[in-house]
Amino acid sequence: MTARTPNSKLERVLAAGEFALAVEISPPVGPNKPALLRQAARVRGYADAFNVTDNQSARVHLASLPACILIQEAGLEPVVQFTCRDRNRLGLQADLLGAAAFGIPNVLALSGDHPVCGDHPHVRSVGDIDSVNLVRMIRMMRDDQVFENGQPIPKLAPEFFIGAVANPFAPPHDFRPLRLAKKIAAGAQFIQTQLIYNLERFREYMHQVVDLGLHEKTAILAGVGPVKSLAGLEFMRDRVAGIDVPEPLLDRFRRLSKDDQQKAGLDLACEIGEELRQMEGVRGLHIMAIGSTTVIPELVRRLGLHPRPDV
Amino acid sequence: MSLRTTLQDHPGFLVVSWRVTEGLLRLLHRPLAALGLERSSRWVKPVEKPLKRLLFDCRMCGQCILHYTGMTCPMTCPKQLRNGPCGGVQMDGRCETDPEMNCIWLEALERLAKTPYDAEKLRLNPPVDWQLEEMASWATLALGRDRVTTGSDAETRYASEVME
Repeated sequence: MTARTPNSKLERVLAAGEFALAVEISPPVGPNKPALLRQAARVRGYADAFNVTDNQSARVHLASLPACILIQEAGLEPVVQFTCRDRNRLGLQADLLGAAAFGIPNVLALSGDHPVCGDHPHVRSVGDIDSVNLVRMIRMMRDDQVFENGQPIPKLAPEFFIGAVANPFAPPHDFRPLRLAKKIAAGAQFIQTQLIYNLERFREYMHQVVDLGLHEKTAILAGVGPVKSLAGLEFMRDRVAGIDVPEPLLDRFRRLSKDDQQKAGLDLACEIGEELRQMEGVRGLHIMAIGSTTVIPELVRRLGLHPRPDV
Repeated sequence: MSLRTTLQDHPGFLVVSWRVTEGLLRLLHRPLAALGLERSSRWVKPVEKPLKRLLFDCRMCGQCILHYTGMTCPMTCPKQLRNGPCGGVQMDGRCETDPEMNCIWLEALERLAKTPYDAEKLRLNPPVDWQLEEMASWATLALGRDRVTTGSDAETRYASEVME
């Protein structure tokens, strides 16, 4: 097999043994290209790759794929996200071919929040396949050059660096490393975790992951998200599925004034980020600045992760 | 607590029932093959459907993997996941779509651990063939139709293959 330089900078950074960084961008609720590009301009250069979410929280947004095309034109390397909630295998494959045609190098496969959690609770959750099988399908398109029906993809096959997600905090906890193993077996080359506020639990998870040797089979990017207030932290705990916010953390914020809370949010993200960097098996961070990308450059600089390696 | 959940939480009886059913279906392979999938399904369904509905809240996907999921039907999951729980399970074990409902997969994995098939939690269950919806899975099982997948032979089938 001839070695070829991956198109994906994220993949190259990881291959070079560097600590990788991904940043998440929320697309606009509307065809608001200028707003998207403003966000992109704010964070450009502050990560190796930029995820654009796909109807996150089951709320309608400008779709991930077109948003990725736009930010790619603006000089950012995208990670296109696809949920199993919104499309069947035909739709997913068509969009994957589209992503490949535009040279989008990274793809993230996930189940997606159920519609009842979002602003269209009356729509059907497609669920034609699950995220493990979506990873498998993308890998087979790339490596075996076949469509999901087994038929060959004529001429050009898509090339992707394939990612999946992990939530170490949702029960059943002892199964989470095994679910990770399933996604790796299906072909997941990188993993982006849910937001981490409970370091102890995450540490336990990583111990199990390292024991199973899974950290060598995939690159785990740990999720970090600066909040702006106590209310923000409470929102995470109550309204976003699968996030674990320990009481002591909330107490810390309760003692502060509104103005101090914003600074505390950023400080907390730095603390968590630093701890994660030291953890065995963590190969990078995935920063999700819920609601606002303005704090990202400062966070990345404080973590000592700017400028990004040039690979 | 219903009859169903009682039986599922102590899956011994259901596991034995499944083994007996599977054994019977293997014995019946020849006659069922002679009938063909469509007719076998039509004959078997009037028995299978109400029984499995009662015991498992079966959704008639036509490609049953109950013995891999602790006799808990994965199609009762609102996202119809075939490979384990999503990341949206609430901290108290409830489904993200309904605070009154336990995560199906959480229950499935607990029950699976009580059966001899615990290793099957690592199985990469292939995607659903929706053409089999409403067909009798006893027929699809007997005729091997539930095992038809598109994929190369070298493909990993169990997550244990990537674990140390």
